[in-house]
Amino acid sequence: MARLSLLLLLALAVAAIGLVTSQHKARKLHTELEREQARAQALDVEWGQLQLEQSTWAMHSRVAKLAGERLRMRPADAKRTVVVGADAPEATK
Amino acid sequence: MRFADAPPVNVRLPSWRARVLIVLFAAAFAALVGRAAYLQGFKHDFLQAKGESRYSRVIEIPANRGRILDRNGEALAVSTPVKSIWAIPDEVQFEGRQLESLAKLLEMPPREIRKRLDDTDRDFVYIKRQVPPEVADRIADLRIRGVFQSREYRRYYPGGEVMAHVLGFTGVDDTGQEGIELAFQGELAGRPGSRRVIKDRMGRIVEDVESIRAAQEGRDVVLSLDSRVQHLAFQHLRQAVEANRAKGGGIVVIDAITGELLALANLPTYNPNNRARLQGAQLRNRVVTDTFEPGSTLKPFTVALALDTGKVRPETVIQTAPGTLTIGPATIRDAHPNGALTVRQVIQKSSNVGAAKIALGMTPETMWGLFDDVGFGVPPRLGFPGEAPGKVRPFKTWKPTEQATMSYGHGIAVSLVQLARAYTVFARDGEIVPISLTKVASPPPGHRVLAEGTAREMRVMLEMAVQPGGTAPRAQIMGYRVGGKTGTAHKQEHGGYAANKYISSFVGFAPASNPRLVIAVMLDEPSAGEYYGGAVAAPVFSQVMAGALRVLGVPPDAPMTPIELPAPGSEVRESV
Repeated sequence: MARLSLLLLLALAVAAIGLVTSQHKARKLHTELEREQARAQALDVEWGQLQLEQSTWAMHSRVAKLAGERLRMRPADAKRTVVVGADAPEATK
Repeated sequence: MRFADAPPVNVRLPSWRARVLIVLFAAAFAALVGRAAYLQGFKHDFLQAKGESRYSRVIEIPANRGRILDRNGEALAVSTPVKSIWAIPDEVQFEGRQLESLAKLLEMPPREIRKRLDDTDRDFVYIKRQVPPEVADRIADLRIRGVFQSREYRRYYPGGEVMAHVLGFTGVDDTGQEGIELAFQGELAGRPGSRRVIKDRMGRIVEDVESIRAAQEGRDVVLSLDSRVQHLAFQHLRQAVEANRAKGGGIVVIDAITGELLALANLPTYNPNNRARLQGAQLRNRVVTDTFEPGSTLKPFTVALALDTGKVRPETVIQTAPGTLTIGPATIRDAHPNGALTVRQVIQKSSNVGAAKIALGMTPETMWGLFDDVGFGVPPRLGFPGEAPGKVRPFKTWKPTEQATMSYGHGIAVSLVQLARAYTVFARDGEIVPISLTKVASPPPGHRVLAEGTAREMRVMLEMAVQPGGTAPRAQIMGYRVGGKTGTAHKQEHGGYAANKYISSFVGFAPASNPRLVIAVMLDEPSAGEYYGGAVAAPVFSQVMAGALRVLGVPPDAPMTPIELPAPGSEVRESV
């Protein structure tokens, strides 16, 4: 009888320590998760800002201006356009 | 001697001592039980809260406002977090040069900050809102007592003035105030949530306790606009407004197949990113909210109805000489007497007398029916705030004079977007589709208004109107067949017509063999000499249409021969 009690006491102690350890581990993992989530959010914000930046740099009026001024490009007017019939293989692409 | 016989054991103690002890123990127990009951029963919530406040925190889960995208996924409006700097005036204490540093970072005079903080009646004052996060971080580093920050959002519009009227803008609290931002507020707005967590000594979150309210991110709205076409439209409209010294202008580009709006621009405009000096006139989305007398652009509807009901045929001759027609007290005039014209030529030369004579052969009810079918007098239901329904009076009140003037677009008011939509009837072989500001998954079913043959015949007539001999040769595009109609109307002012203020317009479609786009252009009070729609609005149509067809990759339907313009001085002027 006494031996059984002793055994149970031991098991209880092991279980208790196990509980504390796993709780601690869970909390550590959770902290990590939170950190990653915060990072994801920060990256999301950055993504939004980058999108904004891209839109601003790639604004059509700006591209058109740069193409005209720096690269001396101009819209292909009808005089310089060769129309290839739809039945011509791959040439339309 | 046995232990039991020892004398001290046999001393009889007075029995009250035991009783006193028992009573004392019982009292102590009762006190403990009472205290426990008090703490567990009556003070439980308070203590629980106190305990939790040591480690549990409610934190906010932020939610972003949805983005607005164009049909190709380009961002037109994006929210990004910024900070607002606020203070509790009673607690603020500046040390050393903190005030100067703060003022410098916020680009505000120190005096201004002092003034705000002097208002000690309030325990919360904003020093500045919408501060960029980098600046806010440096302010946080100053560690000024009594100065705090909180998170808010600022909306940026990379397109600036080009898209201003379509998109609208949001207020300082990130809610829509105008345009799409207001119309789609429900979808765009995110709903911040909150949750309860347990934090450890270091302030790290170690456990999620419960979610109090789930955060809901704002949904993205995908518009039907094509930002390439939009830029094209805006740029050419602006050039035309400046060249003609017009007070304003508007342009709409509609995809005739799907009914989607590919571009919508207005002048004057404003920069939604910087609304410091905003005036009412700049804010108005005239294309949608303002109506005007369309003038000759309405003649094709009169003629189409007459063809559809079999009253005339394209070759029927209408006598328009001597260029005037008197109905009751009113006289209708043509700019030049034209003599006998076929129905086709009535459109080509834009004869008022011809249109009026054709209209008088029909009942007011049928004319009203067509106007109603093509959407005049009915709001276009784009979802925009303040859409104008236009003005078409009930047919029962029409007098013959009014019916005659309505045939050429007087005595009736429409918005530019209604006019553009109405022309999809010709572009779509007699069907009309609902127009949309958001991208549609598949083309909506059309509603038949005119017979297919009538619509095709009208396209032939409208093609004639842009050829030499018509009123708008400058609407032509090399490589594409184009059809359309000019409109020039006196502006209405104080209940009458202003003598030399005009609204010039052009509505047309291309390629005429199988129309893909409908474009309507309007210029308000062109005052640099020219005011005829064919001279002022048609070139804008031609430039934007040519560019848009190229951008969309629409195959040409005409040979690449230079366009023919009539010799200077021999242009056909339409009747105003």
